[in-house]
Amino acid sequence: MPEPSGASITREQVAHLADLARIDLSDAELDHLAPQLSVILESIASIQGVAGEDVPPTSHPVPLTNVFREDVVVPGLTPEEALSGAPESEEQRFSVPRILGEEA
Amino acid sequence: MSHPRTTAASLADDLAAGRVTSVEVTQNHLDRIAEVDDRVHAFLQVDTEGALAEAAASDERRAAGRPLSALDGVPIAVKDVLATRGLPTTCGSKILEGWVPPYDATVVRKLREAGLPILGKTNMDEFAMGSSTEHSAYGPTHNPWDLDRIPGGSGGGSAAAVASYEAPLALGTDTGGSIRQPGAVTGTVGVKPTYGGVSRYGLVALANSLDQVGPVTRTVEDAALLHELIGGHDPLDSTSIDAPVGDLVGAVRAGQSGDLSGVRIGVVKELGGEGYQPGVLARFQESVDLMVGAGAEVVEVSCPSFVHALATYYLILPAEASSNLAKFDAMRYGLRVVPEGSPSAEEVMRATRDAGFGDEVKRRIILGTYALSSGYYDAYYGQAQKVRTLITRDFDAAFGQADVLVSPTAPTTAFKLGEKLDDPLAMYLNDLATIPANLAGVPGISVPSGLADEDGLPAGVQVLAPALADDRVYRVGAALEKLLTDQWGGPLLDRATGLES
Amino acid sequence: MTDLLSYDDALAAYDPALGLEVHVELNTATKMFCGCPATFGGEPNSQVCPVCLGLPGAMPVVNRIGVESAIRIGLALNCSIAEWCRFARKNYFYPDMPKNFQTSQYDEPIAFDGWMGVELDDGETVRVEIERAHMEEDTGKSLHVGGSTGRIHGASHSLVDYNRAGIPLIEIVTRPITGVGERAPEVARAYVQQLRDLIVALDVSEARMDQGNLRADVNLSLAPKGSGTLGTRTETKNVNSFRSVERAVRYEVQRHAAVLSGGSSILQETRHWHEDTGITTSGREKSDAEDYRYFPEPDLVPVAPSREWVEELRATLPENPTAKRARLQAAWGFSDLEMRDTVGAGALGLVEETIAAGVAPQAARKWWLGELARRANDTGVDLADLGVTPAQVAEVQGLVDAGTLNDKLARQVFDGLLAGEGTPQQIVEGRGLAIVSDDGALSTAVDNAIAANPDVADKIRDGKVAAAGALIGAVMKEMRGQADAARVRELILEKLT
Repeated sequence: MPEPSGASITREQVAHLADLARIDLSDAELDHLAPQLSVILESIASIQGVAGEDVPPTSHPVPLTNVFREDVVVPGLTPEEALSGAPESEEQRFSVPRILGEEA
Repeated sequence: MSHPRTTAASLADDLAAGRVTSVEVTQNHLDRIAEVDDRVHAFLQVDTEGALAEAAASDERRAAGRPLSALDGVPIAVKDVLATRGLPTTCGSKILEGWVPPYDATVVRKLREAGLPILGKTNMDEFAMGSSTEHSAYGPTHNPWDLDRIPGGSGGGSAAAVASYEAPLALGTDTGGSIRQPGAVTGTVGVKPTYGGVSRYGLVALANSLDQVGPVTRTVEDAALLHELIGGHDPLDSTSIDAPVGDLVGAVRAGQSGDLSGVRIGVVKELGGEGYQPGVLARFQESVDLMVGAGAEVVEVSCPSFVHALATYYLILPAEASSNLAKFDAMRYGLRVVPEGSPSAEEVMRATRDAGFGDEVKRRIILGTYALSSGYYDAYYGQAQKVRTLITRDFDAAFGQADVLVSPTAPTTAFKLGEKLDDPLAMYLNDLATIPANLAGVPGISVPSGLADEDGLPAGVQVLAPALADDRVYRVGAALEKLLTDQWGGPLLDRATGLES
Repeated sequence: MTDLLSYDDALAAYDPALGLEVHVELNTATKMFCGCPATFGGEPNSQVCPVCLGLPGAMPVVNRIGVESAIRIGLALNCSIAEWCRFARKNYFYPDMPKNFQTSQYDEPIAFDGWMGVELDDGETVRVEIERAHMEEDTGKSLHVGGSTGRIHGASHSLVDYNRAGIPLIEIVTRPITGVGERAPEVARAYVQQLRDLIVALDVSEARMDQGNLRADVNLSLAPKGSGTLGTRTETKNVNSFRSVERAVRYEVQRHAAVLSGGSSILQETRHWHEDTGITTSGREKSDAEDYRYFPEPDLVPVAPSREWVEELRATLPENPTAKRARLQAAWGFSDLEMRDTVGAGALGLVEETIAAGVAPQAARKWWLGELARRANDTGVDLADLGVTPAQVAEVQGLVDAGTLNDKLARQVFDGLLAGEGTPQQIVEGRGLAIVSDDGALSTAVDNAIAANPDVADKIRDGKVAAAGALIGAVMKEMRGQADAARVRELILEKLT
C-alpha cells in the first residue's frame, strides 16, 4: 500500500482495495468510482487529529460486558434448511467451484 | 371502499369490540396496496395469502376469547432487511434475490407471536445504504406527497407504505436516520430506540454498532404500542440491554395532555442554520414555540463535536459494512455469477460481487476496506472511534442541561428523484441531524412539524433523549403531535395529495 | 528434490529459532458462538444454525465454558488473564469460512505473558515463554472432488460441510525459542507433548493430534551462529503427531541451512508437512501485504473476567505437571531413567490410567514402553493414537496374571486389538490363544519330548534338573507356545524323578 496521503485516493488504490474486497471492478467502474471516492475521502479525512491521544475509543455505544450463553445445545437447522439457499449442493454439502490455494 | 386511514390503536379497539375482523382489516390494506403500490412501489413483496391466513387465525383466536396481544390482528409491513422465515428477504439487493430465510428475526418472531399479519416486505436502499431508496436494486419508492420525489431512505418503503395507508404499522431500521428521515419527508412518525433496546437478531447488519430496529407509524401512540411489542431483552443479541422496555404508552398518554410544564428542552446549536431549508427551520421554530407555550423551558445547548459526526459515521459505517457484506460470496446462498471457462471459487466470488452489488454498496465497501487497512486504521477507523467518544460526551453534557434535545429531523424536504444520485456527498448530508444519535446510541423520534412554505412538502422535528429514556421522546413527541394537530385541525397526512388522480 | 544440509553442518553454522502455534479444539458441548453441538461425526451440515452458517442477520453469543476453558489454559500456562478484552474480526475470504471473517482475538488476547517448563528426555528443563492464548472459531471442512484422491489441486469443485465451523479453538502462541541449538527438534516435540498432557489434565479438549483436536504450526528461522538476530521464518502446517513435530523442525533446519549456505534467502511462506514422505513443500506465500483488517467485533461485548472469577477457575486447575511427575515416580517406584522414558514416549497418562485400572506399575510400563511403543513406532503414530486403550492393556495383564496368557500370547492379543477383532477376551477365544494347562494334552506332549530327547531325559534322571529347560522348550514348540510352562516343568520332573 502507498503512503496515507490524507485526502485522496488513486485509481490504483481503488483497484487494490476492490481486490482485497473481492469485487471484480471493470475499468469503466474504476473510472467512475475512483473520483467519487476521492471526494468522499477528502471530506472525511477532516477527522484526523480531532481527538487527542487521551480520548478512549468507543466500539460499542452501550457499555455492556460479559454477555455469555450457557453451554447447552439448542436445535439448529435441518440439513435441508441449511442447504435451501445453496446455489448448488451435492451429497448434502454446499457445492462450490474449485478452490485455489493451499493444501488443507 | 374508503381508505383504511384508521390508526393501529383504533383498529385494535375495533377488533376488540368486534366492530371489524382482522380479515376485513387485512383485506382493506391489501386492496389499498393493489390500488396504489404500482405508483408508490413501497413493497418488494406482498404476502397476500400469508397475511390473510394469519388474519383468519387471529379472528379465530379473538372469537375464542384468546387474543395474543392488544395488536392481535392488526396488519404490519416489514422492511426487507429483516429475516422472515418463508418470505423472500433481499435487502434491496440483487445479490440476495430470491433468498428465503430459514429463520425469523427476533422482532418478526415477536410480531407473529403477538398475532400481527405480515402484509409484505418493504423497499429500501440496497443494504440500507442511502437516504432516498433510489439505491434499491428493484427501483425507487415514490413519495405519496409527490410521486416525483424521494420518500427518504433507507427505509423509504416502510414510510411510504404507512403514509399512503397501505399499512397502519411498519418496521424500519435506523443506522444514521433511516427511520427518522423518511418519517420527516413523508409526514409520518418514526422512532429509533436506544441502541440495544430492540433485538437486532435477524436484522441483516449494515453497521452493527449503529443499527436499531424501530416503529414506523402515523401516530406517536401507534409507535409506542409497536415499540413495547418488539422491545426488550433478547439472549440471541449480545448487545441487547437486559432491562424492561418501560411504559411508553403511558408516556404518550402523559404527553397527549399537551402539558410540558417543567420539561427542559435543549435546542442543539450545531443542528440547524446553514444547510437547512428555510421552510424546515420555520416549522421547527414554530414547534419550539408551541412547546414553550405548553410550559416547556427552552435552553440552547452546544455539541461542538457534532460537526465531525458525518465524517465519523462515514468511517465507522463503511468499515463495519465492508466486513458484514463479505459473506455475500455466492457460496452458500444468493446470487452466483459464473464467468466463462472453468472459474475458481475466487473468480466466482469476484464476478458475483461485482454483478450483485450496486454502486453505493461498492463505494462503501471500498471505503471501509480502506479505513481498516493496515497503515490507515489508526488515522481513520481508530480516530473515528475516538471522535465517537467525544460525541457521546457532548450528549452527556447536553443532557445535563436539558431533558430532551430537539432539532429539525432532516435539513430539507423531499427532493426530486435522481437529483442527488450521482453526488454521494450531497446525499450523505441528508443525515446530518440524525447521525449523532446513532453514534451515541441514544433514542430519537421524528414527528411531522408541518409543511414547508416554499414547496408545501412535509418536514419533521426530531426529539432525542438519553440512552434508556425512550419514554421521554414519546412524552414530548406526543405532546408536540397533539399541539400541532390541534393547530392544523387534523392529521398532516390528510393534506397529502400525491395519490389523488 | 530439495537440497538439505546435513543436520550437524547446519547446526555448526546456524542458530535455530523456534516458534509454536498450537490450536486446541475445546470439548465444549456447543460451539463458541451458537448452541449447535460441537461434536464430531454428524451427518454433513446437520450441526449448523443461522449463526455458524453465517446467514444474513444472525448474531453470535459467547459460550461461557469456552471463556472458562481459555482462562484455565492461560492460568495453567502461568499467563496473566486480561481484565478486559474483546473479540476481533479477522477478514479474509475462503469458502470454508461462512462469514468470510473469523471471529478471533487480535491485540487483546484473554491470556498473555506465560511460560511452561518443558522437560527434555535427559531431564533438563527448558523454559518456553508463552506470548498469548486467545479464543477463536474453527472453519468448515472441504471435500475436493475430481482431480487425484481428494487433493485440492486439480479438483473440479469442492463440497463444504459446515459442522465444524464455529467449534471453539484456543490458539496458544510461544515467543521465539532460541538458544536450544541442536535440541530444537526435541524441544518442539517435548513442548507439544507436555502441552497436550496439560490440556488433557485440564479436561478442556480431547487433544488428539490425529483427530485434529490439537494442531501444531511450527515456525522456524535460522540466524548465522552467534549473530543473535532472527532470520526469515517459515510456518509449517499440517504437522499432526509429536514425532512429526520433531521431524518437521529437523527437516526445516536442514532445508533452511541449505538455502542460506547456497547464498539464497528464505522466502517467508507457509509450508506443508507431508507425513508420508517426511518433507515440507511450499504453500501460500505469506507476504506482508496480507491484510486481515482486524477490528473489534461489534456484535459481541467485551469480556472482563472479574478477579474473583479468575481465582475460582484457578482453584479448579489440576496438579502442576512437574509436581505430579515427582509424586507418581515415588508412588510407582520408577527410576529416574524409567520415568524420563515414560514421559518422553508420551506414555505418562497412559501408564497412569493403566495402573489406575489395577495393573502393577512395572507391568504397565513394560507394555507401553516395550511392545506398544514398538508398534507405534513401526506405524509412525503417537502412542496415544495407536488405538489401544489403558483399559485394554489392563484386561490383557489381568489375563496374564490369571495364567490364561503368557507374554508371548499377550502380544498376539495386541495384534488382534489393532486388527479390530474385539475385546482381549474375545480375541483369546477367537484365536484360541489360551494357555493349555490340561494335564492330558500336556502329558502326551511331555512323553513325546522325552521320547525324542532320550539323552536329555537321562541327564534329568541323573539329577541334572536344570536340563529340564530343553524339554520344556520342545513341549512349548509342539504346543505352539500355548502351554503352561510351570505345569510342563512339574510334569517332566514327576515323570523323570
